[in-house]
Amino acid sequence: MSGNADATLCDMTLHELHDMLLSGQVSSREITSDVLARIDEVEASVGAYVTRDRETALKGADAADEVIARARRDRDTGAIGALVGIPVVLKDNVCTRGMRTTCCSKMLEDFIPTYDAAVTARLREAGAVIVGKGNMDEFAMGSTTQTSVFHVTRNPWDLERVPGGSSGGCAAAVAAGEAVASIGTDTGGSIRQPASFCGVVGLKPTYGRVSRYGVVAFASSLDTVGPITRDVRDCAIMLKAIAGRDGRDSTSAPDAVPDYSSCVERGVQGLRIGIPEQFFGPGMTDGVRTAVERALRALEDAGADIVEVSLPLAEHALAVYYLVATAEASSNMARLDGIRYGYRPEGRGGMDVADLMSASRGQGFGMEVKRRIMLGTFVLSSGNFDAFYGRALRSRRLLAEDVRRALTECDCLVSPTAPTVAFRFDEEPDDPLAMYLQDIYTTLANLAGVPAISVPCGLADGMPVGLQIMGRMFDEATLIRAGRAVELTSGMDAARPKVGGCAK
Amino acid sequence: MTDRNDYEVVVGIEVHVELATESKVFCGCKTAFGAAPNTQVCPVCLGMPGALPVLNRRALEYTIRAGLALNCSIAGWTKFDRKNYFYPDLAKGYQVSQYDIPIAHDGYIDIEVDGQPKRIRVRRVHLEEETAKLVHAGDDIISANQSLLDFNRSGIGLIEIVSDADMRSADEARAYLTKLRSILVAIGVSDCKMEEGSMRCEANVSVMPRDSKEFGTLVELKNIASFRAVHRAIQYESTRQIDLVRSGGRVSRETRHWDDVRGETAFMRSKEQAADYRYFPEPDLMPLEIAPEWVEEIRGGLPELPDARAARYVSEFGLPASDAALIAESRELASFFEGVCDALAKAGAGAGVGAGAVDRAEGAREAAKWLVGDVSAALKASGIELSQSKLAPGQLAELIGLVASGKISGRIAKSVFEEVFASGKRPGDVVRERGLVQISDAGELAAIVQRVIEANPGPVADYFAGKEKALTFLVGQIMKETRGRANPQETNRILREELAKRA
Repeated sequence: MSGNADATLCDMTLHELHDMLLSGQVSSREITSDVLARIDEVEASVGAYVTRDRETALKGADAADEVIARARRDRDTGAIGALVGIPVVLKDNVCTRGMRTTCCSKMLEDFIPTYDAAVTARLREAGAVIVGKGNMDEFAMGSTTQTSVFHVTRNPWDLERVPGGSSGGCAAAVAAGEAVASIGTDTGGSIRQPASFCGVVGLKPTYGRVSRYGVVAFASSLDTVGPITRDVRDCAIMLKAIAGRDGRDSTSAPDAVPDYSSCVERGVQGLRIGIPEQFFGPGMTDGVRTAVERALRALEDAGADIVEVSLPLAEHALAVYYLVATAEASSNMARLDGIRYGYRPEGRGGMDVADLMSASRGQGFGMEVKRRIMLGTFVLSSGNFDAFYGRALRSRRLLAEDVRRALTECDCLVSPTAPTVAFRFDEEPDDPLAMYLQDIYTTLANLAGVPAISVPCGLADGMPVGLQIMGRMFDEATLIRAGRAVELTSGMDAARPKVGGCAK
Repeated sequence: MTDRNDYEVVVGIEVHVELATESKVFCGCKTAFGAAPNTQVCPVCLGMPGALPVLNRRALEYTIRAGLALNCSIAGWTKFDRKNYFYPDLAKGYQVSQYDIPIAHDGYIDIEVDGQPKRIRVRRVHLEEETAKLVHAGDDIISANQSLLDFNRSGIGLIEIVSDADMRSADEARAYLTKLRSILVAIGVSDCKMEEGSMRCEANVSVMPRDSKEFGTLVELKNIASFRAVHRAIQYESTRQIDLVRSGGRVSRETRHWDDVRGETAFMRSKEQAADYRYFPEPDLMPLEIAPEWVEEIRGGLPELPDARAARYVSEFGLPASDAALIAESRELASFFEGVCDALAKAGAGAGVGAGAVDRAEGAREAAKWLVGDVSAALKASGIELSQSKLAPGQLAELIGLVASGKISGRIAKSVFEEVFASGKRPGDVVRERGLVQISDAGELAAIVQRVIEANPGPVADYFAGKEKALTFLVGQIMKETRGRANPQETNRILREELAKRA
């Protein structure tokens, strides 16, 4: 893709910029300045960020430039890591030492962590330049980024439309050239769906592939941390940088991390791509169906074998997801009681501890968070546990087994990422249950723990459509390989968002 | 109306013990007692957003060790669960604990009350985390207008040990706790200091008619801060319940607070007000597979437990059972006792170093007598622990040797002990300094005896008149003359001989 003459720096991919940094064509300060200029230009309309730190970003860029200059002097540019000098944005539930981490909630509006999340530390060590924190649904609970306490984020492809969520700020920033790459989190689709809506690549890694340490928990057994990038190669580079065992997360896996970049151009010749019949019934819009089917034909043309598979229990995934996720969330949110940190109401004189906690939580949490806490509390209550949570856990095992068995018949499973393209703000359903249907294709991967990627595969109504590819445990390499094949045939290189305009 | 004795008291006990691991159970913070508030903390034990627990393997090992020492079975597969409730001392709004699959289950402790042996079943031993410490700034919890939190305690490993309702009196409950503590201290998993809060207990008390098979309604007692309080609280509460039932009332299912000053229990909350803890498996920690080989390795590394030790003292040294139990129960006392025995053995082998050979069993019995008697009394009088005293096993061994070899008398030994205990001097030095070496030389003693006979014609006449008591007086005079150094047996023998000569 390099050599795109009309592209400005901030619209280029991470790997293009890396090559230019190595050759001395450009400095990190120039890239970072360009990103900051783009932010100044479009942020008022996009609203991707909730916190920015210009000075620290530029300082980081200068430090990166010194590293590069030294390596160039020593004729050792091979030692320069892929992320050195690259401006990135982190979702605002990823702890950043010294930079506020709010989860876009009034509850943590002024919370400044004393420590870096594992991913933050890895990015810093890799030399990335952290520009700021991306807007999100409050505590990652939502599919539109509208439950953020701060402001809405608008879709760079159409400012009247939502960016998706909950990692909407990150996806929008990457699409609009306000950051080169980003880190999001995905509990039920929160990386993939906004990536789909904003026409960028989003990868939810295998559970345990990337440390959750320092990422504010929503539903611990479902939460994953992954990249949102401009193309599949960037995705491979970012994943490599953040994946691997971390002793501070007991659920992080010891499995070796392959060199994902080397898989990017491997092609799909002979790859068996499974089409789960349950994911191609009614429920998706015609535009989405058309784009996805075209992408499947293109994959077949590229040499992949398309096989029909069945996930007989898949229809239950959403119900199981909302039981498990809300149960864990109700417990994870409990530490936010206003005692040690976080929001506390004014004029608390005379309150006892229970009143203080109630008032802090009552005023500190938004409606969607409260709704999920109450649902989760209900399903865990002694009289309801077996009927709801216990059953959900058993169903989850069956669902995972379903996915595992399907993946013995093929190498990966393909579906739309979301049933629709990004919808207009005025189209948002009032019924929260209708909104939960946004997650219909995505929650299964979280429940089963398997990796899944969303790659732009075409347009419908002028808006990007994402193709989801789900793979076997720890087999992100196959997703990257297949995702790249989709990218090559999607015709999306020519498409540009209205605002910004990242080069595809 | 029925008699109080027509009722039986039923007691079950839950004990919480802080593990003596160097670091906390789910993070690397230190666990030292008494550090400045909130200095042994990190994001994990403060419950900061995003922080995650990592199990301290040593804490798991200690829990297994405790389970084995309490004769429990160890789970092959287990997990942690979250116990959800709100309280300011609970950093995360939930406590990481264990719900349905404890690490250890179905064990027992053997106790003895009034010579009656009894087996108390241990239902479960599970691992969980400590809460922070709440300090109410003010005179008491009611008048305090500020509460302070110390998170140094938050996240220290805690094991909960639950007994079956097998105890039938306050005495049995106290015996159970005493034995439990001695076992846990012996295996080194906790220091079990009730005054520092590293051991805490709650008692479940109910009463029922003696001929009944069905337990009465159970009342939970909290805020019990010492073994003495356990005894008093159970006694008070069982009497309260019995009197209530006798007068036609009903015991209600509730939690009561023990007030140690007033010596009574008071209503705290009813069963209906109890929280629903919404237990569910802790997703941040992986389930645990406990390898049987590891369990056996831990079992193999268990030190001798108090019961086995006491039995050995009886069979090996012929100690009276009560002395053996008393010494074996305390790790400190037992290791001191064995230190004395070792020192005596060495002195014997080294042929007369300081003291001279003492029969092994004889020496051990003497050591036990000293420990249970004068040593315990001296410690009690000075209000210190054995480890804080200046007394060392070698000194006691030397003292025993001095008596056994006839260098000093038993009576002199007591006075030497007092000085040794107070000053930390060696007994031999004290004896030398104060010139206390016993006079056993027959010639020397005879001369003294003769002097005393000549100086006391009256008593001598009484003796010849058949008053045996006069002899005691004469011995007393000899002791006075020698400041107690005369060998009593020799003195007696020579005195009789000398008197016989004059008959």
